Parts: sequence; structure tokens; C-alpha cells
Amino acid sequence: MTKVKRQTQGSTQTGSGLGAKLSLNKRIHSLVMRPDRLAGNVFLLPAVWVILSLAIFPLIISLYLSFSSFRFVKGGFELKFVGLANYEKLLTGTEKTRFLGVLANPSIFGWLVFIIIAVLLVISLVLYIRRGQLSAGGLFWRGLAAFVIGLVAWLLVRAIGPDGRPGTLIVTLIYVFIGILFQFLLGLGLAFLTAQSIPGRRFFRIVFFIPMMITPVGIAYLFRMLTDTTKGPFTVIWKMVGLIGFSWVNHPWGARAAVMLGDIWQWTPFMFILLLAALESQPIETFEAAIVDGASKWQIFRYISLPHILPVSVTIILIRMIEAFKIVDIPNVLTNGGPGTASESLALQSYMYWRALDLGGSSSVSYMLLITVTLVCMCYFNLIHRAVKENI
Amino acid sequence: MEYVKKLVHWKLAIAFIVVVLATTLLGACAPAAKVGETAAPVEKETAAPPSEEAAPAAKPFEGVEVNILTFTGPQIAEPLQRRAPDFQALTGAKVNVVIVPFSDLYMKILTDMATGTNSYDAFVFSPQWMSDYIIPGYLEDLTDRVAADEALEWQDIAPFFRDFSASYEGKIWTIPLDGDFHMLYYRTDLLKEAGLNPPETWDDYLNIAKTFNGKDLNNDGKPDYGSAISKKRGAQAYWFIYDIAGSFIQSQGTGQGTFFNTKTFEPLVDNDAFAAALEVYKETTKYGPPDELNLDVGDTRGLFTSGRAALSLDWGDIGTLAIDPEISVVQDKVGAAILPGSTKVLDWDTGKLVDVNENTAPYAVNGVNHAPLAAYGGWSGAINAGADPKVKDAAYAFLSYMSQPAQANVDVTLGKTGFNPYRISQFENTELWVEAGMSQTAAENYLGAIKDSLESPNMVLDLRIPQNARYQQTVLDTAVSQFLAGELTTEQTMKQIYDGWEEITNELGRDVQLKAYLGGLGVEK
Repeated sequence: MTKVKRQTQGSTQTGSGLGAKLSLNKRIHSLVMRPDRLAGNVFLLPAVWVILSLAIFPLIISLYLSFSSFRFVKGGFELKFVGLANYEKLLTGTEKTRFLGVLANPSIFGWLVFIIIAVLLVISLVLYIRRGQLSAGGLFWRGLAAFVIGLVAWLLVRAIGPDGRPGTLIVTLIYVFIGILFQFLLGLGLAFLTAQSIPGRRFFRIVFFIPMMITPVGIAYLFRMLTDTTKGPFTVIWKMVGLIGFSWVNHPWGARAAVMLGDIWQWTPFMFILLLAALESQPIETFEAAIVDGASKWQIFRYISLPHILPVSVTIILIRMIEAFKIVDIPNVLTNGGPGTASESLALQSYMYWRALDLGGSSSVSYMLLITVTLVCMCYFNLIHRAVKENI
Repeated sequence: MEYVKKLVHWKLAIAFIVVVLATTLLGACAPAAKVGETAAPVEKETAAPPSEEAAPAAKPFEGVEVNILTFTGPQIAEPLQRRAPDFQALTGAKVNVVIVPFSDLYMKILTDMATGTNSYDAFVFSPQWMSDYIIPGYLEDLTDRVAADEALEWQDIAPFFRDFSASYEGKIWTIPLDGDFHMLYYRTDLLKEAGLNPPETWDDYLNIAKTFNGKDLNNDGKPDYGSAISKKRGAQAYWFIYDIAGSFIQSQGTGQGTFFNTKTFEPLVDNDAFAAALEVYKETTKYGPPDELNLDVGDTRGLFTSGRAALSLDWGDIGTLAIDPEISVVQDKVGAAILPGSTKVLDWDTGKLVDVNENTAPYAVNGVNHAPLAAYGGWSGAINAGADPKVKDAAYAFLSYMSQPAQANVDVTLGKTGFNPYRISQFENTELWVEAGMSQTAAENYLGAIKDSLESPNMVLDLRIPQNARYQQTVLDTAVSQFLAGELTTEQTMKQIYDGWEEITNELGRDVQLKAYLGGLGVEK
């Protein structure tokens, strides 16, 4: 206390000295202070302006477009307000089978999967409530996440069953989740490999990073060649396994797999490089201590490396997720969304509408994509991301 | 010290503002520079008179630069790029040919004009899209220029292309550079060996395709294919279904139409005729390459000219590509014919198929109703109304130059150009084709096939109504490719097309669309 007192005394002493000077230069003082107060706003303004003009205004305009129909009239064009018609078309109208897919009654296996998922969701909710750390936010996000996961599971078991057919929404979700799962596991594996002190690891670090630097269109053409069983470089191998008269892109799941392969090949390096950085940043002392204490390799991974890279992992998965929902170039070039609409993603569907001047339809698909991305990422962020951050 | 800090802040703020202002100004200068670019010819125009006096009328467009937009070739873009330097030597105008992928072309043209960017002065595109550009007033009316242009020899252009590809509501908007018809191609050597005649009906087509499928057709020891049709989504597949459907649906002459009922504008896709066409189309896939659903016309042309397919459907291109010794192993082994037809046609009242007779199909030949599809209508050049007047003159001069017989009559005989005959002189003068490398018989056969199609009173006109891209490139293309992939049954496919088309019609206005459709059908051939 005395210390503080002394300090304030000191400061008032010097303050009074300065105050005398200030009174002499009051006008200069206010002149100097004003820009200082404004500086913050001035510095912010360009950024705000850029964000408004490049992100917010287009967002609002495309929202309006999604409620309207576009056509040409003499001397220009006309935007007619049509209400929710574009959304109705996607969810219940003529484009339902393309957007959601053919939703058949689930098979027995489908029912089983759905019931298991539903029971697990209910159990997790009950457990959370019982734990006694209830908060409105926590309950809301858990409830929402359970609902979204349940809904996706219900759509999946109906669309992937024997009589169903997945639409662009489900295909996009498949691309995102299966793609990211493989990218993460492969990236982690490669990161561990190149983190070891083995010969040539610097070379391989660069080699593994290359796919990310290639343009997706180039990758799509590359995989178009690789998956061609009649002309591609793997023709000999296809012949050996008896697949010479087979075409990947003629089969719905073959086409989807080809798209996913390309996507995984391209984005594994992203996971790899960030996970490698996380692994390299581990303090060496804990390892040494663990080795001295006789920990096995698995124990070192489970109790030292994994907790260390977990925060980075959840963040890069979130970033990849947002990015992966927008997949468009690879299916567009590799399969044109075909056969039929089997490998079409939401972004590609939107692009195809736009290309034929259906601006309303294109915007409504984009908004459905935005809603999906927001829901999935919010649930992920609020549950997994936060839980990991809090636990560490 | 506090003051110094604040002053530093203030100075930083000023510096920042200056930087922001400078960038904004620079940004503003960028479009200004663009304006300057287009304005440059005007300046030069005013500065031109002395030089023009020095060399009277030598180079009327000295210093003018014309940007032309078309699709990623090599075809179509190739002749434009090849002849641009010659044109510059003649007139002084520099022509830049800018290319974009085919599926982006329609929107690229539209957005360039609609947003007032006007970075392109002329376009070489599908006349099918014309109405979407003309109604808002984006294209330049060429009627007077054409009337005053003797070198163009307008009357030499076949009437169909003058009226359908170039005109809209009585005015001329484009200069035809290409004539487009779908035709049938077959291997004369194979058919002769097997003692078969070229297919007259779609059943014949399937039989012949079946006969040759899996056999080695080019002596390389590998099995080849009976048929090769481009069925890739987002490419040209939606035209080929109408190659077949047309002959089942349209039997009373061109004015009857194929796509819609001319009274109610109801889509003619939910009937036995369309179902039959879908079945034929799907069956051709059995005799095609395994990845046929992912082949565009470039791929199928390659298969045919490399001797790997016995039959194919295509525009006039295979005919000229097949004589190119660099790419073709089937020189003088290629026959062309009018598209196969049907012995049953649609009764529009009942939606059922009936046998061909004098009443049901008055234009039938040997009991077969042919309905050749004027798919696409031929690449044509048009001018952006928003371009600078001098640039418009130069752009017109270039399009006219490309279409004049001296240039065009050579270009149509070259496979790489993608241009097919559209002038009367090109049909009549077989010498042109013999010079290009065809035998006299082959030339007569090839031109005969085009002539048969062009002169057919039952020719099918392509759809030219507002936003036809949505009808064809979105709804039809998607449904047909889903059908070929086995995602939809025949019934579901027809229903999906019907519902999709009706939805667009209801959105855009049935009366407007019907009027445009009838206007298109009323075109005199």
C-alpha cells in the first residue's frame, strides 16, 4: 500500500509539473489528442470498408437474389420477387432429388445404424445434464449438435440405402468428412515419419508438400488420366486385375471415390505440414523424461505427443472443414458432376445454375451451403474445439 | 515523450491516409486506363487524317484494337487467330482472340455486356443464345452494314443460316461463320466388307453398332467399339438425344416443332416417342467405349478418326478431320449420311406412336421419317453495342472478312477450323474439297449428307427461346445424364424434364416463351 501511495504521490508531483506546461499549450494539446482519438477509427475504416464491400454487401444482395427470379426485358433485366420459391424447389420441388437425393425407406441395417446413433446422442445429452454443470449455452449447442447429427444420419441412411440416392448435400458432406478423416490420418502419419531422424527426411518433407501447390484443375486432369482404365498410365495394372472394360466415372461411387482421392491427395500436405510443425515444437525434455521413466512408444504418443498436437489438430480440421465444403474444381473437371449428378457438390450445383442464368436458384443453393457450413462448424467449434481448449 | 508518441501516431495516421488515398486513386486509375485504351483509337482517329491523306484508304483501321471472345479451341478460335495477322496487314486493325471454356461462354458474354465492362468488342458464339443478348439491347444491329457490304456476298449464304443463325425479328445480328448439322458417320470399308447398307433407321444403327462392337476395326489387335457418341455431362450430350427424339416426335415438317406443343407450350417429353428415343440412346451406350459417359465430341472424333469406332454422330467435323493425314487412319473410309430416322412417329393427340404413312409423316423417305437436327445453328460473329464506333467498324470488317468466300471457302475444308460449310458456293464447288484431300466420291457423299439435311423439309430447328440454356443445359442435360448413369428410369427421366421445363416456363411466362418459340419456328429455310 505504501508503495502505491508513494507512486501516486510521485506521479501527482510530476503531473502538476506537466499540468503547468499543458495549460500553456492547451490548444496544441487538443489538436494532438484529437487525431489520437480518431486514429483508431481511421485505421479501422479501410478494413471495415473492404469487408463491407467485398463480403457483407454481396452476401445481402445474393440473399435477395435467392428470393427472386431473373429475366431479360427490353433494354435491361428484371428481378422479380418470388418469395421462398427457389428454396421450395430445392427442398420439396423439382430439384429435391438433385439436392437432397432420393430418400427411400431405410433398410434394416440402415434402421439399426440410425437407432444406434440416436441412442448415443440421447445418452450423451443425458450424461451432460446429469453431470450438473448445466449452462444455457452448453445445453443449446449440445442440443443443436445432437439434432444436426441426427438429421444428417437420418438423411444418410435413407439416401445411401439400396433404393435411395444421395443428392448434392449428402455427397458434399461425404466429401468433407471422409476426405478430412483420410487427410488427417495420412497427414499425421507422414508428419510422424518425417519427424524421425531418418535419411532424406528434408527431401520428403518438400515432396509431400508439393500436391498442395498444384492447382486443383491440374489435379483433376491428373486423376482423370490416372483413373482412365483404357488409356491412362495404370492401364497395365487395370488389365492385370481385369478392370479393362471398367470406367471409374461410369459408376456413381467410383466417380465419388475418384473425386475424393484427388481431394485427399491435394489436401493431405496441409494437414501434414501443420502437424509436423506441431510435432517439432514439442519440448525435448518431456520426451527424455518419459524415456528415462521407461515409457513405451505408444505411451509417449498417447500421453505426450497427442495432447500436444490436439489443439492444433482441432483448429486445422475446422479450417479444412470450412474450405472442404466449397469443393468445386475437382468434380467439375474430373467428372462434370457425373455420372448423372452422382459426384456433384453443392458449390458445383450452384455454379451450374449460375452458368445457365438461374441466378435465384444459384443463390439459394449457395445459401443452403452457407447454412450447412455454419451449422456444422458452429457445433464443431462449440463442442469439440472448446472442450479441447478447456481441457488443456 | 507522450507528445512525441502522439505526434508519431498522428504522422503514422497521415501517412496511412496518404497510402490509402494513393491506392484508391491508383485503383480508380486502373479502369480509367481501360477507358483510355478504348478511347485511344478515337484519339488516333482524330490524329489519323494526315496519315490517311498520305496513303489514301490504305489502312482504314490503323491503330484500332478489336477484342473477340470465343471458346477454347483449337477449333473455331484457330481460323480467327490464324487470319488475324492477315487482316491486320490489310486494314491495320489488331484482332485479339480471347478464349474461354465452352460451358462458360454464354455467361461470360452476358456478364461482360450486362455489367458494362465491355472488355470484348465482338463475340463468336451460338446463335441460339442470341435472344438473351438482343432483348436487353446488348448487341449491335448489323442489318445496314450487311446491306452495304458487297464483298460479304450475303445471298451466297444458305437461306437457313441467313434466317435462323443471323436474324432475329427481321433484323440481322450476326455474321454466320459455320454451318451446323448433326449427321451420321460410318466406316464405308467395314460396311462394304460385311455387306451392310448405311443405317436408315435407329434400329439399323443399333444393329450395325452391335455387329462391330468388340471387333478390331483398325488392325491394332485391340477390340474396338460399335458406336461412339459424346455423352459427357456439361458438354454436348443434350443435343444427341434430340438427334434421335426428333425423328420420333416431328413428322409434319419444320414448322411443327419438336420441343413443345405449339398451342399450349407443353413440353413434348412425356410420351412414347421420347421414351423410345431414350431407350435407343441408352442402348447405343452398350456398344460404345466404357467411359463414353465422360467423352465430349473431341474424344469421340478422335476415336472415329483413329479407326476405333464403326459409327458416330457428329457435326460436319468428322468429315474434314478424317482427311487430315496427321490424325486420321480412316482417310477415304468415311461415309456421311443424314441422321437415321424412325418408322413410327408420335401422334401428338394421343401421345402414342403410330406407323409412318402419307398422313402421319408426309416427308418420310422409303417409309422412314428423318428429322435432321440443326444443332447449335453454327458459330456466328456478333458485335457488342457498347463498343467504340470505330472498333465496331473494325470488328464488323473482320467478321465480314472471315465470312467472305475467299477465306471461308478454304476454312470450311480444314478439319482443325471446326467450321462446316454454310455457303451455297461451298456446296456446289466440289473442287474445293478435292483440293483439300477428299476424293471426288467422298466429297460428293459428304456434301450430299449436309445438303440432304439442309434441304430436308422436316429439319429440326434448335431451341431458341429466352433462357434456353436453362431448359437444355441444366434440366435436359442433367436428366439425360442421370438416365444414362442409371440413376433414373425412363419414366422418371421424362417426368423430371417435363416438370423442370414447366417450372421454368411458369417462372418466365408461358405467353412470352410460346411467342418466342413460334417466332423461331416461323423462320423460312
